[in-house]
This record gives sequence, C-alpha cells and structure tokens, in this order.
Amino acid sequence: MTQPTSGGDVRLDRISKTYGSFAAVHPLDLHIPAGSFFALLGASGCGKTTTLRMIAGLEDPTTGTVQLAGEDITALPPHKRPVNTVFQSYALFPHLDIFENVAFGLRRRGVKSVKKQVEEMLELVQLGDFARRKPQQLSGGQQQRVAVARALINHPRVLLLDEPLGALDLKLRRQMQLELKRIQTEVGITFIHVTHDQEEAMTMADTVAVMNGGRVEQRGAPAELYENPGTTFVANFLGTSNLIEAEITDKSGGDLVLTAAGGKLALPAERCSAPVRTGGKLLVGVRPEKITLAHAEDAGTVPEGRNRITGRIVDSSFIGVSTQYLITTPDCPEITVYEQNIERDARLVPGAEVVLHWNPAHTFGLDAAQDIDAGTELDEEAP
Amino acid sequence: MTALTRWIRRNLVVIAGLGTLAYLILPNVVVLIFSFNKPNGRFNYEWQRFSTDAWTDPCGVSDLCGSLSLSLKIAVWATIGATVLGTMIAFALARYRFRARPAVNSLIFLPMAMPEVVMAASLATLFLNMGVDFGFWTILIAHIMFCLSFVVTAVKARVMSMDPRLEQAAQDLYASPAQTFLRVTLPIAAPGIAAGALLSFALSFDDFIITNFNAGSTVTFPMFVWGSAQRGTPVQINVIGTAMFAVAVLCVLVGQLAGARRKRS
Amino acid sequence: MTATATPDAPPAAEPVRKPPLRKPAVRKRLVPYWLLLPGILWLLIFFAAPLIYQASTSVQTGSLEEGFKVTWHFQTYWDALTEYYPHFLRSVLYAATATVLCLLLGYPLAYLIAFRAGRWRNLVMILVIAPFFTSFLIRTLAWKTILADSGPVVGALNSLHLLDVTSYLGITEGQRVLATPLAVVCGLTYNFLPFMILPLYTSLERIDPRLHEAAGDLYARPITTFRRVTFPLSMPGVVAGTLLTFIPAAGDYINAELLGSTDQKMIGNVIQSQFLRVLDYPTAAALSFILMAAILTMVTVYIRKSGTEDLV
Repeated sequence: MTQPTSGGDVRLDRISKTYGSFAAVHPLDLHIPAGSFFALLGASGCGKTTTLRMIAGLEDPTTGTVQLAGEDITALPPHKRPVNTVFQSYALFPHLDIFENVAFGLRRRGVKSVKKQVEEMLELVQLGDFARRKPQQLSGGQQQRVAVARALINHPRVLLLDEPLGALDLKLRRQMQLELKRIQTEVGITFIHVTHDQEEAMTMADTVAVMNGGRVEQRGAPAELYENPGTTFVANFLGTSNLIEAEITDKSGGDLVLTAAGGKLALPAERCSAPVRTGGKLLVGVRPEKITLAHAEDAGTVPEGRNRITGRIVDSSFIGVSTQYLITTPDCPEITVYEQNIERDARLVPGAEVVLHWNPAHTFGLDAAQDIDAGTELDEEAP
Repeated sequence: MTALTRWIRRNLVVIAGLGTLAYLILPNVVVLIFSFNKPNGRFNYEWQRFSTDAWTDPCGVSDLCGSLSLSLKIAVWATIGATVLGTMIAFALARYRFRARPAVNSLIFLPMAMPEVVMAASLATLFLNMGVDFGFWTILIAHIMFCLSFVVTAVKARVMSMDPRLEQAAQDLYASPAQTFLRVTLPIAAPGIAAGALLSFALSFDDFIITNFNAGSTVTFPMFVWGSAQRGTPVQINVIGTAMFAVAVLCVLVGQLAGARRKRS
Repeated sequence: MTATATPDAPPAAEPVRKPPLRKPAVRKRLVPYWLLLPGILWLLIFFAAPLIYQASTSVQTGSLEEGFKVTWHFQTYWDALTEYYPHFLRSVLYAATATVLCLLLGYPLAYLIAFRAGRWRNLVMILVIAPFFTSFLIRTLAWKTILADSGPVVGALNSLHLLDVTSYLGITEGQRVLATPLAVVCGLTYNFLPFMILPLYTSLERIDPRLHEAAGDLYARPITTFRRVTFPLSMPGVVAGTLLTFIPAAGDYINAELLGSTDQKMIGNVIQSQFLRVLDYPTAAALSFILMAAILTMVTVYIRKSGTEDLV
C-alpha cells in the first residue's frame, strides 16, 4: 500500500442500507471533495453512523457504490481500505499500551521500524510521556487524542470520525474541536465527521450535510445552512428558528409580500425554497438574534422598510451575553428573541407591549406542507 | 443500651460472616494439624503425638503418588480438551445468530443442572454396552464432557462483554480477520479462557463421582482417598492436601500482588 | 434484540440479513456451525445419548450372564419406587435442609465480602475459594475428626446437654454425632457452601451502595432496607445459589457414606451400589432416571415461581 500524502475525494453513488424492512439509509448521492472537513449532522438513528460505516467498510451497502479518489472500493474489506476511523468511545485496545495502540496499523502493514514514527505522532498529540501507559490509565481527552493518533499515523486518504467528542465534557470538547481542526489543516487529509451536536458541526466543518430519517435534508457551508435553511427540520435542528404561518398576497420587485400575524411581511424571493403562488401558504422564518425589540411607546422610531410585528413580552431570562425574551402575538405562536446585553431598556419586562422588527433580508420562506416542529425536540438527545 | 451491645448490633453481619468463614476453614486447619500426627492404628482420626514422618516421606504409601500423578495427567488433558472445545462453542454462541442457538444453549446448561450421579451412571451404561474398557480414556472422555459447560459459560460471558468496536478498529487498522482474532479478540478473551481452564482443572482433579463410575480398576487420587477411608487413612493424604492448599493460596497471592503492582505502575 | 432498531449492531451478529451476493457470505454463515461441531458432538455422544440409552436400559430385563433385552418392563420403576422411596425422601429432605443452612450461613459472608470487607475483600475471597483446592474427600474426612465421639463438638454439645435435645428430635443418636443425620447434613452444608456464596456475592456486588443510602434517606430502618431493597435485588444470586447447592446435594452419596450410617443412605448411595456392586443395571437406570426427572421438574417449577427464567 502506498502512503498518500494528501486526501482523496469520496463519492457515494445511490448508496443505501436496509435492515429487514427498516431503511436506515435511503439511496443517497454525496460527493465529499478531497481535503475538506465534512460533517454529517443529525439526531441518533438518522443514518449518519451507518453511512460512515459503509465508507469504512464495516457495513455492506444494500445498494450503491463507494468511490475513493475515483476508485470503486465497495467490495474491499475494511482492512484493505486506505481509510481510518476514530471510533465512538475510541475502541482503544485495553490489552496494549499507548505505544502499541498507535503502532498497531503500521505493524499490520509490515512496517519494521515503527519507533520513530510512533514517537513523532505521540508528540504531535502531546502524549509523548504516556507511551507505556495502558488506555484505562488515561483521561477521556487523552484517550481521544490516542484514538486520533492511532488513525492518523497510517496517513489515510480519508479520516472518519464517529462522534469522537461525545464522551468529553463541554469545555474539553470545545478545546478538542479546535485541536482537530488544527490537525486537519496541518495534514490536509479529508475528514468526515459524524456528530449530533450542531454547534460542533458548524464550528469545525467546511461543509455540513444534515441528515434526517435516512435522507440528507440539506448540505452546504455552515453559514449558508444557518442563514437560509431549506426545511423546517434544518431550521429547528440547527439553532432556533421562529416559524410563522403566512399567506402570499403579492409580488413586488424581488420581494414577496406576505400576510402574517395581522401584518405585512417582505421576503426576498430567492430566499424562499417553497413553490410560490399568490394566495398560497408559506412558513416564514427568522432567527431570534436577528430581531430587535422596541417598546410600544417608541414604535415611531422603527425605520421604514423593516418587517414588523407587535406583541407582548410574557417571559424574559437573563443568559449573560444576551437576554432571551418570549413574546406572544395575536395570531401566531410564541416568538423567541435574543437581545444582546449592550444597552438594556428597563421597560422591557414581562407584560410590556413591544414592536418586533428585523431586516427582510434575514427572512426565509419554507414549504408550509412540512411539520412545523420537525427537529425541535431532538437537539439534546444523547448519541 | 450499652456500648457493647450497640457495637454487636452494628457488626452482626460481620460476626456472622466470620463465623461462616471459620466453618469453611476449620477442616483445612484440621487437615494441616493431623498431617503432623503419628496415629496408632490405620486411621488418622485421633490425635496421638507430633511427628514429621509423613512430611519427610510423602510417597511412603504405595500407589499414593502414582494416583496423584495420574490425576494430574487426566486434569491437564481434560483442561486442554474442554478449553479448546468450550472456547469454540462460546465464540459461536457469543458472536453469531443462528437457528440452533436455543437448542445449543440448553445442551450447555443441562449438564450443569444434572446430578453428577445421573451423568455418571448413564455414561457408564453406554461404555459398558459398547464393550469399552474402563480406564484412562473413559475417565478423560467423561471429564471433558462435564468441564465443557463451565468453560463455555466463563468464556461466553467475557466475549459477550467485549466491545465489538475493538475488532472493527483492528480491521480498520489493516488487520486481516485472522490477525484481528490473534492480536485483539484472543488476548481480550484470555482472562475468560484462563478462568474456564482453571475451573476445569480444579473440577477434573477433584472429581470423584463420575470417575467412580467410569474408572474401572484405575485409581485416581480422589479414588485413592475414598478407598483409604475404608482400608485406613495414611497421614500422607493430609500432607498432600495441605501442600495443595498451600500451593494454591501462594499462586493466588502471587497473582494478586502482581496484579496490584501492574495497576500501580 | 431487535436488529432493525440498531443500525450500529456489529455486522457479524446478523449474517442472515446480508444479501447473498458474494460467495463469502455463504461460507461465513457456516462458521458458527464449524465452531460448534466438535464440542456439541462430544456433548451429544457422551452426555445426551447416554441419557437416552439409560432410559432404554431402565425398561430392560435379563441378567449379567444372559445379557439384557428391552422388554418394556415398567415394573422396574414401580419396584424401585416402592423399595427405595425412603431414600428419595431422605435425599430431598437432607438436600433441602442443607440448602437452607447454606443460604443462612452464606448470606452474611457474601454480604460481608460485598459491602463490609473493604481492603480485606480479596483476602476473604481467597479464603472462601482456597478450600476448593484441597481434595474435598480429604476435607470431608476431616469432619470425622471434628465430629468424633471424643472430639470437641460432641464434648461441647454434651456439656450444654444439647445432645439430649437433638437426639429427642431424632437428628442425633445417643451420645454420638457421627453416623447421624446431623453429621450428614453438616457435611453436605459444608461441601456446597461455596456454591451458594459465590453467586450471592456476584449479585450483591452489583448493587449500588448508594441504594442503601437512598433507602435510609427515605426513612427505611436498616432491617427494612434489607428486606425491601437488598434482598429483592440479590434474588438472582439466591436462585442460582440454591440451585447450585440443591442439585448436587440431592444426588450426593459421599457425605452419607463417609459421615453417616446405613440409616442415612441417600438415593445416590443406592444408585452407586446397584450399579457398581449389585450390578443390577435396569434398577440403577430407573432410579437415576427418576432422580433426574424429579430434579428437573423441581428446578423448572422453582425457576418459574421465582420469576428468574432469564437465568437459564
């Protein structure tokens, strides 16, 4: 086996997996460019891990093919694929010490002198002094770094990461996210990262594919997915969204004019992923931090051309960097608003009448035929 | 309530537990003490006077050491046989789903739920009617048979509790299926296999009932002790019993210490 | 286990649902059978077949000289039962008594090791297992010394006048302990005690000690905590321990032979002497068949009743 120095691109072609009558992954096409950091994001049971395992060769696809750097590797067993995995809960060999764990892949490929390489690799992950320890004697974060070192030392074309940070506490997870990102930039290998943590996916990946029910709902750069979600699932699963039912009343220039919550709202036509028809229904969405709150007495100061809704504060909670408000409006469900704690208006307390306003460019439109709550409850689910 | 009764109440479990422990250890103490006895008659049941005769001449009774070495030989072969066959079954049960699984599970469970005398008599009936000569081979066959289930149980528990991702990780790191088995599966299953083997050895070495039915005129160590209970019990029996106890305790202690040292380093 | 709900399940565990596209899939499906073959054959030939063979022997008639033939002579069963039913009853009685004693003696020790031993845990554990390594026949013979007529136990019981009570109850005879039911039950209890302690310990050790604190926090007195929390949670160990004690004790003949007299003979003694001395194979076969059936029935009922069927 050669030792490629750069990553390869991965192409999944109509790949699917069914267990009996249960379809874990519906036929899907996915192209992951060489050298990219790609995240598969979704709740547990959405098929993301199965997809990853089919790339690793640990699961046989029911249909479709896996191509790596233009070569069909569907029929190759896992030990013949130039692909390595960082397993969930690491799967470090308990009977071998750290050195032997990291050397395992090299030895299996018949590399004679592994000492120098292993030591270099352990230095890279800052575990040089731990070579002769057993995995059980290491902390979670250290074990995680061993798992990464054990995979990376083989110079795989693609590194697969299956919830690699799931077992770590929040602070360590943030630290390891940056660490992994740094390593990826350094070695230039294609990383495919499976996670249920939307923040983790957005922080680390160049491209995120959101999976739900065995299908890819949407893929794109994190900012693009966040700013312009294409489905209610993506809108709710990635951060928080306010979704309001609306009716299309008119078209003026590049904007759609909608009636919602007793008022008129504008939506740029290119930010609407649903079919547009005058008189048709839409779900109109806006992120909580895009909304500005003004007390009803100051309604006159709101600039022209902004989308506006009136309502009443029912609850406010102080979070630190921001304050979260819950607002009821006459015709739509509760709206969440995050206000930066810069100049706090003392009048904005529960019971106060307010005007909500935002730039129409931050509005997005979704097909009203979808479940409006899709993806809301899954956020905190364990892997 | 006085302090003493309060203390007794609080430590009732400890007192009762230590009482049971004394009950368990008492016969071993007696065996040890009476290995230094010089009995008057043929039986070593009453204390007469101190002597180290038996310790200086442990093989001084005819057939004693011969039966001991035969028992060791049978135990070693039975352990090897039962461990190999049992480990294979355990892997099949722990790693594969197949239609005969429930039937196989029952077949493994039944020998452990069967009084020894039933197995002993039925196997002997079979040998008798097939015209097999009783002796070393019939004993070995019987011992492998009843040790098998214990090995399967010990190894299966270990393999079942093993994270399947470890083997997948090995394959992911370029180990072929054979290498995965030798380098990862087998070493991790080793404690279970060792436990099964140790149990087999102890069971086989100490077995009397099944051997009694299937030995013919061959005399293993337990058979020798049984016979001596009728003919007269030489002090050497106690010497060997005590020596076995000491060796076993020593092995366990050394193992424990080694384990503790490894954990600390 | 429902395979459909766990897409993470190891592929090896579900060979059935693999598409039979490639040849190795078929070969792979045969792997478990190859692994099973030698061991299972061994058990079928030397365990299962003899049991069936024995069933047929039990309905044979004949003699050693002329050979035995199957004549469907069920009379053997009737004769065996009428002649030896006291031995059956005695076996069940002795084994049951020994099992209860094992539970009463073993539970405190298992509890001690699981919760109270602290850094002595390993040492106590070794002391429980270590006697195993001395041939149990030698240890049983040691009881002959301990319970001897001039020994310390008889002396102590005598000075407390307890022997009068026990012989009134019929568990000892005159001024002796040896060659009485007490000696046999004492030997049985001793021999099978570790088989009670080990499963008890295993299930007690799994109990989170915080559950005791939680029970105490919820106003349970120590005795209530034991009755409502500890004991119910240790049930798997109690069931396994009683089975592991009762089954071998019921078929035992060593303790009755070494520590008892002819009045304490158990069914194991009868089978042994019918088989090895009288050479009446049909009767021996019938007796062991009855013993097996009785024990399997009792075990099944017991497991059902105690609601721990997953034990098997």
